[in-house]
Amino acid sequence: MRLTLSIWRQKDSKSEGKFVTYDAPDISPDMSFLEMLDIVNERLILKGEDPVAFDHDCREGICGMCSIVVNGNPHGPRRGTTACQLHMRSFKDGDTITLEPWRATPFPIVKDLIVDRSSYDRIIAAGGFVSVATGSAPDGNAIPIKKSCSDRAMDAAACIGCGACAAACPNASAMLFVAAKVSHLALLPQGQPERYERVLSMVAQMDAEGFGTCTNHGECSRACPKEIKQEFIAQLNRDFLKASLMSRPKIAEAGSG
Amino acid sequence: MIDLKANVPDGPIEKKWDKHRFDMKLINPANKRKYSVIVVGSGLAGGAGAASLAELGYNVSCFCYQDSPRRAHSIAAQGGINAAKNYQNDGDSIRRLFYDTVKGGDFRAREANVYRLAQVSVNIIDQCVAQGVPFGREYGGLLGNRSFGGAQVSRTFYARGQTGQQLLLGAYQALERQIGLGKVIMYPRHEMLELVVVDGRARGIVTRDMVTGAIESYAADAVILATGGYGNVFHLSTNATGCNTTAIWRAYKKGAAFGNPCYTQIHPTCIPVTGDHQSKLTLMSESLRNDGRIWVPLKKGETRPPDQIPEAERDYYLERKYPSYGNLAPRDIASRAAKQVCDEGRGVGETHYGVYLDFADAIKRLGEDVIRDRYGNLFDMYERITDENPYKVPMRIYPASHYTMGGLWVDYNLMSTIPGLHVAGEANFSDHGANRLGASALMQGLADGYFVLPYTIGNYLAGTKKDAVDTKHAAFRDAEAAVDARIKKLLAVKGKRTVDSFSKELGKIMWEYCGMARNRAGLETALKKIPALREEFWKGVTVAGQPGELNQSLERAGRVADFLELGELMCLDALAREESCGGHFREEYQTPDGEAVRNDEKFCHVAAWEYTGEGKAPVRHVEQLEFQDVHLATRSYK
Repeated sequence: MRLTLSIWRQKDSKSEGKFVTYDAPDISPDMSFLEMLDIVNERLILKGEDPVAFDHDCREGICGMCSIVVNGNPHGPRRGTTACQLHMRSFKDGDTITLEPWRATPFPIVKDLIVDRSSYDRIIAAGGFVSVATGSAPDGNAIPIKKSCSDRAMDAAACIGCGACAAACPNASAMLFVAAKVSHLALLPQGQPERYERVLSMVAQMDAEGFGTCTNHGECSRACPKEIKQEFIAQLNRDFLKASLMSRPKIAEAGSG
Repeated sequence: MIDLKANVPDGPIEKKWDKHRFDMKLINPANKRKYSVIVVGSGLAGGAGAASLAELGYNVSCFCYQDSPRRAHSIAAQGGINAAKNYQNDGDSIRRLFYDTVKGGDFRAREANVYRLAQVSVNIIDQCVAQGVPFGREYGGLLGNRSFGGAQVSRTFYARGQTGQQLLLGAYQALERQIGLGKVIMYPRHEMLELVVVDGRARGIVTRDMVTGAIESYAADAVILATGGYGNVFHLSTNATGCNTTAIWRAYKKGAAFGNPCYTQIHPTCIPVTGDHQSKLTLMSESLRNDGRIWVPLKKGETRPPDQIPEAERDYYLERKYPSYGNLAPRDIASRAAKQVCDEGRGVGETHYGVYLDFADAIKRLGEDVIRDRYGNLFDMYERITDENPYKVPMRIYPASHYTMGGLWVDYNLMSTIPGLHVAGEANFSDHGANRLGASALMQGLADGYFVLPYTIGNYLAGTKKDAVDTKHAAFRDAEAAVDARIKKLLAVKGKRTVDSFSKELGKIMWEYCGMARNRAGLETALKKIPALREEFWKGVTVAGQPGELNQSLERAGRVADFLELGELMCLDALAREESCGGHFREEYQTPDGEAVRNDEKFCHVAAWEYTGEGKAPVRHVEQLEFQDVHLATRSYK
């Protein structure tokens, strides 16, 4: 296959970026999308040019590191597929392909196709956990959990934190990402004690990072390589509403003085 | 001179860890905050260790090369995690998990470490459930189990085909909690390039900020390396493309002994290679062997599609050779058997280096829905990569480099031969002997991180004089200068070959001569080819870009340069070990029907290599292994 690539090149976070066109001949349909980029980079290096920087690691669709907008779609045209698992057989000889980084203010561009997604880590640090120190757990079978609950929690927990949801959203909202973690833990008994504080602090952090609000476009679920369902956003909204109604200004607890 | 003192506590094996926990020194809670610990790597071992140490009150700095600690390669583990819970009432126990692991490792692991691993395995499951890890469950609401290779009980806990992901997210969330509380400072996109040793103790590291290129020093009272394995020395492996040996290799060159470098695991069920462009190989979980049957045609050069080959003309070779374990034979045995049938000319697929993994019987027995429920995501992944539907045609699989049992030598406290330098998870050599059983890597990573290091680090710190060493110390200046010089040297070569081309060539040498089967002549050939390739690298490599910027070409060049040195040590170790054991199969030492022949008289030991300087031969030291609780026997899965 021979392809034309239009790739976003940007030296660093402070520089202006622009699209640069590259000719990519001799591409095999069996290559993954990133292997195609490897080949393009090998050729650039041999010509003495700067290779295209892009994030990647596991190359099997689970680490969430790869993050390329392909022809306007985060991770490319195939549903439920990360860029690293996309194969060139999804394209035709002679195609022009546009490659861009995630576009969302809370994901500043670091270089070329690489963005900074530490905002997602900070949202988890704000409350996306169960506070259980090592060593204090009861027996794993002490609390039976209904299989359907556990399965649904797993559906939400499958999120790989890649950021495609926010990149796809016209409002750059991170709701699907936050909803996935809130729902995962809210569906399990272990997540109950902190359930309502969790949703409030995670949403507050999401806002503080500059992510937009959800207006039900549904682009997030469509772009999600793990096909996390929008219904988890409904779960988040329910929990958020309940938590907001119940929350009171913090007062000192008895005995804490 | 290196001292390989294992520091295994006295007493019967069941009591050793209990006794040791009591004998170890403690640091009172108010004093813990006066100590700092560096953790390099944020996978199961590093992430769990960093979080647990911070919970105890230590000041932790954690480093990873990815953009977030959640992306460490532990995340890609599919099948499950072993634990001796005996929830299935099928005869499991701590002793049985211990026994299976020692036997699975072909009697080349340290008994006391393995027993402790089996003991704490039960706590790991409890801890993970409490964190909210959504393990697979039965309809009654209790935890489910599946079977894995090398065991006749069902003790593997799982979260669909994403167990590693869910366990890592549990550790990551615990870590993020500590980051939020200010007890851990996280340094993502930082690569450790040097270990700093002051007065014989590990006191810090030098890193490169992968965004700005800045060379930075960090000091601490103890250093933990949890940087994973070195399977990418084969270029093609199931490891993430970033996995590398640099951290442990730097430590080796600073005096940490390297244990059993030749013990590498070739996983039997990976998607076969399709072409030279390939950057990695994808694993298909071992759990598939619960329901899939492995076969090749009886006839050489068979051209019919699989569905037109009648039952009588198929060879279900694992079931034939190992009737009691069948398709669940351990990984080293299953891999070698696949190689054998392909070498005989009975392999399938375009390259003839592949065997079928067939689900037709299971689908007939259980229905497609049950199979989809169990392995749906793996089947989808297979289809995306190969464009074939495994519900309709059998998968094609072939062995690939997957895990390295070798790593830095550690004692019972997980401390290397450099005081203060601790090594956890795949980066150390400790628990799996010459072959790791499926679902035991997750167990070991979390055991080290959650339940071993939090005790042994305290013991080390309490027993060591606390002296203030900071990054102003001359040793840090020297280490920074060494890092800087190396980067400049890489960029100055300005040759004509890319880093990747060297990695591919090294990978081919390693796979050919130090892969699934090894022999003296081949290893001697490799020992000539690798130094020559290394020389060519330093004369002919081209590295793009500048040092002071995000430069992936430079990152990769440094890693491949280290693999070019490690590859040689692996071959030296493989050559010196004149026996076959586990993943190390020397063709000279086999039975007439192709089974491994160990030599317990001469090689019942760990080989730990000491670096002696540039251009000098490393020295091989030996830690004798004693088997008191499991009797040395020839492994049989027949």
